[in-house]
Amino acid sequence: MVAVRYQTAFRLYPYEKSADQEAAQPVRHPVVIVGGGPVGMAMALDLGKRGIACLVLDDHDGVGMGSRAICFAKRTLEICDRLGCGDPMVDKGVVWNTGRVYRDEREVYSFDLLPEGGHRRPAFINLQQPYFEQFLVAEIRRLQAAGAPIEIRGQNPVTGVRQQADHVVLDVDTPDGPYRVEADYLVACDGANSPIRTMMGLDFEGRVFEDNFLIADIRMMADFPVERRFWFDPPFNRGETALLHKQPDDVWRLDFQLGWNIDRKAELAPERIRDRVSAMIGAGVDFELVWTSIYTFRCCTMETYRHGQVLFAGDSAHQVSPFGARGANGGIQDADNLGWKLAAALNGEAPDALLDSYHTERKQAALENIKNSSRSADFLTPRNPAHALFRDAVLDLVEHFDFARPMVNSGRLSVPCIYDGSPLNGPDALGGGPARSRPGAPCSDAPVRDGFLLDRLTGRFAVLAINAAVPESLSIEGQPLDVIPLSAEDDATGALAHRYLGEAPCAVYLIRPDQHVVGRWPAFDPARIEAAFSQATGKV
Amino acid sequence: MTDLILAPNLNNTDDFYAALLAAYDGLDEGESHALNARLVLILANHIGDEGVLTQALDAAVMARSSPGQVAK
Repeated sequence: MVAVRYQTAFRLYPYEKSADQEAAQPVRHPVVIVGGGPVGMAMALDLGKRGIACLVLDDHDGVGMGSRAICFAKRTLEICDRLGCGDPMVDKGVVWNTGRVYRDEREVYSFDLLPEGGHRRPAFINLQQPYFEQFLVAEIRRLQAAGAPIEIRGQNPVTGVRQQADHVVLDVDTPDGPYRVEADYLVACDGANSPIRTMMGLDFEGRVFEDNFLIADIRMMADFPVERRFWFDPPFNRGETALLHKQPDDVWRLDFQLGWNIDRKAELAPERIRDRVSAMIGAGVDFELVWTSIYTFRCCTMETYRHGQVLFAGDSAHQVSPFGARGANGGIQDADNLGWKLAAALNGEAPDALLDSYHTERKQAALENIKNSSRSADFLTPRNPAHALFRDAVLDLVEHFDFARPMVNSGRLSVPCIYDGSPLNGPDALGGGPARSRPGAPCSDAPVRDGFLLDRLTGRFAVLAINAAVPESLSIEGQPLDVIPLSAEDDATGALAHRYLGEAPCAVYLIRPDQHVVGRWPAFDPARIEAAFSQATGKV
Repeated sequence: MTDLILAPNLNNTDDFYAALLAAYDGLDEGESHALNARLVLILANHIGDEGVLTQALDAAVMARSSPGQVAK
């Protein structure tokens, strides 16, 4: 019996009986991914592109209803570009760069998310989560047709997990009854209430915030600007906050803060929601309710993201408040970090210990996301009268003085973590090199001739040379690297030089498959590159 | 690191103190609290130095929790 927890928006992987179900002995797979949400599918896509056989087990047969995550950050789009599905997302998505903050009926300030040019992708797009997942699955289907070893099994909930010394045994239920599979590595992408985590008896601790928020996604043909608009204490939601955001298909996300002691059922009554919406957008505006939901939130993390052969990614490992769009975006970066490491370990190109760095780096990122997301929540949901006093003082001041703008916190929007102090980082030997491109940092995009720099980073280790001599091709320990010889003149705007040279006249960077910097030097020295490569693959 | 100044530093302490009281004249308790908060934020921004602000927070907390001690 396979229970249905939610309705699906798109039925993408209907149940089909697999040969594994008839096998006399459980079949062993290199990687089993549990959970076919955005993180699990990105994980499968990354591994499949690397030729690593992976099996996705999902307890449903498609993408869940409801727009849910709607803001996808530039770093996520860059990762999806590398995975091959950035274009359909950006084509479908709504690009926005401007945010406006209101108090009562007055605009108190506005901001531009990406004042810096020279990036292929915008700071954010808004896109309903089902579309995001659909584009990932479409790319998986395209790769499968070309022979990539990815398999998705719908209506295959995992009901038991046992860890052995070098593999994991999974009990799986299906409409045709239970069966077993084995995995060299299991990646649990099964969400904030992770059944895998629960079955393994693992911790998940943090803070619960005492507040409720109502989401009303509506369809309307209104001429509102494509901006993120945020209200403190608006006339239509006194004493609370509200948010208005555009999505594709003429859908708008309305988010109303409700407070802690509410009658959940009464608030979810369609008539009650309609009244709220009309008060916000104007009584004369026609609209249709597309999706409604009341959410509470918590900021939690597991102590450790790796438990033997089991790795936790996305919400199963860490959960944040929605403010700042750090949930799905953080999860996609987990997959980006883990994909190349799992492939290297399974191909015998790196020791298993490389996978320990997945925990180190992504826990660092999760703590950063939790810190930012908790601070936003503290601003929006003051925990005591003094906190409310300062929040109101900031809002009083910001109407008169610019200094208070940075204190207003309606969400610190997702930016990727710089893995300072990571055991994989090599030396920073580039005198005068810009801090933003130091070891551990994700590469900033920059225009290069008629394209962009990140398009040249294809998912292998890469050597980027600017104004410096490098060999035409390069292999280390039998593995070919991408060699990208550039000159500062390849970018007439100067962004490439600004982002990678700084004060230095020339530079050589070693870059990881996930586009994070390993190390940098003023000139190419094969011995130093090889030493840094060893460091970055967990051999030192 | 810049040290927080905890020795007398105002040229005319009595004038400042009188101006401070005057700013709160006629305010009820809620309004007074709100004015306190705005003033703290304005001064904090003017100081800017995180180290000095941390010392100031510590000094303010300490002065409440240790009555009778004279901060130097």
